[in-house]
Amino acid sequence: MSDLYTQLVNNPIGKLVASNVGLPQPVKLDRWSPYASVVDGQALFGAAPGGRLLTAIAKVLAMVEVSTSTSLRTDLREACAAADLDAAVFNPEAPGEQRFKALVYDASGIKSSEQLAELRAFFGPSIRRVQPSGRVLVVGTPPENAGSPKEAAAQRALEGFVRSLGKELRYGATAQLVYVAPGAEDDITSTLRFLLAPKSAYVSGQVLRVTPAPDTPENPGALDWDLPLAGKVALVTGASRGIGAAIATVLARDGAHVVGLDVPALGDDLRDLMDELDGSAFELDITDVDAGEQLVTHLTAAHGGVDVVVHNAGITRDKTLGRMSADQWDLVIGINLTAEERLNDALLEAGTLRKGGRIVCVSSMNGIAGAAGQTNYATSKAGVIGMVEAMAPVVAKQGHTINAVAPGFIETAMTAAMPIGPREAGRRMNSVSQGGLPVDVAEAIAFFAKPVSGGLNGNVLRVCGQSLLGA
Amino acid sequence: MTQKLRRAAIVGGNRIPFARSNSTYAEASNQDMLAAALEGLVSRYGLEGERLGEVVAGAVLKHSRDRDLTRETVLGSRLSPETPAYDVQQACGTGLEAAILVANKVALGQIDVGIAGGVDTTSDAPISVNDDLRRILIDLNRQKTNAGRLRTLAGVRPGQLVPDFPRNAEPRTGLSMGEHQAITAARWGITRAAQDELTAASHTNLAAAYDRGFMNDLMQPYLGQERDQNLRPDSTVEKLAKLKPVFGGPDGTMTAGNSTPLSDGASTVLIASEEWAKEKGLPVLAYLSHAETAAVDYVGGDEGLLMAPAYAVPRMLARAGLTLEELDLYELHEAFAAQVLTTLAAWEDPVFAREKLGLDAAVGTVDRTKLNVNGGSLAAGHPFAATGGRIVASLAKELHARGGGKGLISVCAAGGQGVVAILESEGV
Ligand SMILES: NC(=O)c1ccc[n+]([C@@H]2O[C@H](COP(=O)([O-])OP(=O)(O)OC[C@H]3O[C@@H](n4cnc5c(N)ncnc54)[C@H](O)[C@@H]3O)[C@@H](O)[C@H]2O)c1
Repeated sequence: MSDLYTQLVNNPIGKLVASNVGLPQPVKLDRWSPYASVVDGQALFGAAPGGRLLTAIAKVLAMVEVSTSTSLRTDLREACAAADLDAAVFNPEAPGEQRFKALVYDASGIKSSEQLAELRAFFGPSIRRVQPSGRVLVVGTPPENAGSPKEAAAQRALEGFVRSLGKELRYGATAQLVYVAPGAEDDITSTLRFLLAPKSAYVSGQVLRVTPAPDTPENPGALDWDLPLAGKVALVTGASRGIGAAIATVLARDGAHVVGLDVPALGDDLRDLMDELDGSAFELDITDVDAGEQLVTHLTAAHGGVDVVVHNAGITRDKTLGRMSADQWDLVIGINLTAEERLNDALLEAGTLRKGGRIVCVSSMNGIAGAAGQTNYATSKAGVIGMVEAMAPVVAKQGHTINAVAPGFIETAMTAAMPIGPREAGRRMNSVSQGGLPVDVAEAIAFFAKPVSGGLNGNVLRVCGQSLLGA
Repeated sequence: MTQKLRRAAIVGGNRIPFARSNSTYAEASNQDMLAAALEGLVSRYGLEGERLGEVVAGAVLKHSRDRDLTRETVLGSRLSPETPAYDVQQACGTGLEAAILVANKVALGQIDVGIAGGVDTTSDAPISVNDDLRRILIDLNRQKTNAGRLRTLAGVRPGQLVPDFPRNAEPRTGLSMGEHQAITAARWGITRAAQDELTAASHTNLAAAYDRGFMNDLMQPYLGQERDQNLRPDSTVEKLAKLKPVFGGPDGTMTAGNSTPLSDGASTVLIASEEWAKEKGLPVLAYLSHAETAAVDYVGGDEGLLMAPAYAVPRMLARAGLTLEELDLYELHEAFAAQVLTTLAAWEDPVFAREKLGLDAAVGTVDRTKLNVNGGSLAAGHPFAATGGRIVASLAKELHARGGGKGLISVCAAGGQGVVAILESEGV
């Protein structure tokens, strides 16, 4: 791995030096391996009194077969019993030696600022029991769905709590907030699974919103969670290398037939990878005037349509604005934003995107935070977010979803080419003190791409290790 | 063949005060103590020269010379020597199991009257029972060389030299009962404070029972001991809080205060048919109406060693068509305060009900004001096999005195077992 710093501070002498001089201490993050358990350890499950998501959460915990503890409060125990979750007992007043890989908390019962005290009561005694690469999940009600301004304020307050926890947690542990809209209680499975699993290794301090899915599965436990994309066709643009190659690999791992797309100049690399993944290669410059038409024709002829579209192709042409040429501006906006809009229009119009389609766009942390020398790039990537938010209700009418993943500092050829100063800063200025891997972005995309992720629409998920930038 | 069942009546009981190990009864044998309790019962109910159907008793810690402990005790008593007897042994469930056995024969009409009892001494305990040490000594004897002998001796662990059988490990796990219960207590999040509170209540309730003369016709003095030696009438939560943990490590919650001490003592209960009692002009305090035993897999499974009563009681209630709340009094043997508390927690837990018992709802909640109202083993002490008889006699008397009702008895035992029963009384 190219991250020398992480290697260095993980050898005994380096570790000593780093801790003596107060350098951040990155740890090796747990990462997913196929057929591993979702949570490699125990979970502690709690709730503010009056929560509406207890049983729904308990069902997911039972389904992922994580050995779970709760306090002996009747509402929690009844929810566990109803979900057939054989939960053990955790009493903070007699805590014993218990350590947890995950803390899962239903905060939906919090209706006022006074009741926020429940957060401290639950997490105070348990937060130091979180193991390395542990997960803290707070689940609440979207403020926009709250029944009163006080409830809305209290639910919105959860964001500040979770983001701070993300920064306090150490050794690769992460914290997230999931807002579950009324009626979406049974649509949280894929979200909780993703956030609990090592698949979300480089995601922290994030907020996801789950809304009622058009196609909630009757029994999510009966689904094949190892091959969630079996029988699906997934298009990945810019698939020949970097993050795109990782996305193609992960979607193929999940059972999809991957159609990799890239410019003809990278055709050999693309074909090699697609051969490896049993996918198919499609050479195309997405800025071609008839790119949409070509794509529709190809996908229809070769695959009868497409189920998952991942807009990953993207470029940078960095220059401060005063020195930036019109070409540099146009190229970046054209590839990173306009081409995506056009392809979407074509696929949607022609009905090439099959029912229950999933569009996932790769935005960027810099599209949120902005970056000197990247007015063009940040404009395009912020535009991607705008497109996702605006298109979400449009595609929902056809039963599709559209979401964005915004990577932070990811270890790729692109970031390896950065000057050392900004590169090291990018790597360290986040809660896990290291850069992410292409696979981390790919896992987030695969999560949105799942057929059971119908409750996720219009979300922007940062995969940035809770970077300080734009947060 | 059809048979009409009779009700088995608890006529009364008699026990000697329980003493702490190696104290007042240090010189008394099991047979001495059982004989004393039996003699008192014979006197109280005028059984001199009577040929009873059967006397059933047992001891958990027995010398080999006590092979037929109960029959030998009968032969030494003023009962007719033609009274048959046999020994039973089911760890701490021995005393209650003996009462169930006698009651069953009465119910079936096989006998009209019998005595159930139990006795234990931890002072006069048979040392040879430490099998580990015995094996090591045999092995030592077999070794031909000094090096071999040294090797054998090097394998001796301090625990193996402790002759106390009751503190000895469960053979299959190597853990003592207290260590087992400490694990279960931690698993259920039982706090030190809750245990000390239950312990203080046990002492207070037993002291009050003595003060109001409740114990007068349930026991007789023995070797100068007039009350249970372990009883601390002035016991408080504050005093108990000062004790150091003895199980579960330095952060453990179980102390010498909220665990029963090793004790010596004996108890007996007179059980008969209603007709027999009427004929003799003796009262019927209560009937032994239901019983159940259960065992849990604490070795390969992950259930706690002393959790069997948590399973036995719901099973018995289902058979009896009763709910937990329909009972008027609850006698849960206090092997450890934590054992009682984990049992109560399990019954209140919908998850335990569903996952372990296969029930749709929690078993129920025990009203603490109805729990061990005349004290429990934490205050009285716990000579293993004598505890069942102590509880049966005092619960029968209390139910009777209250004008009737139903009472639960629950006793946990080594080996992952539990013996439970229901007494029903129609009152005076
Ligand atoms: N690497 C990071 O740290 C990082 C951070 C934030 C966002 N991103 C975004 O992730 C995506 C992938 O980045 P990467 O680091 O893997 O970059 P990369 O340059 O390695 O890969 C981009 C791919 O897109 C393809 N592509 C570019 N223009 C195309 C066009 N007109 N038609 C078809 N294909 C085209 C390229 O050929 C290439 O294979 C980009 O959208 C990038 O903006 C990367």
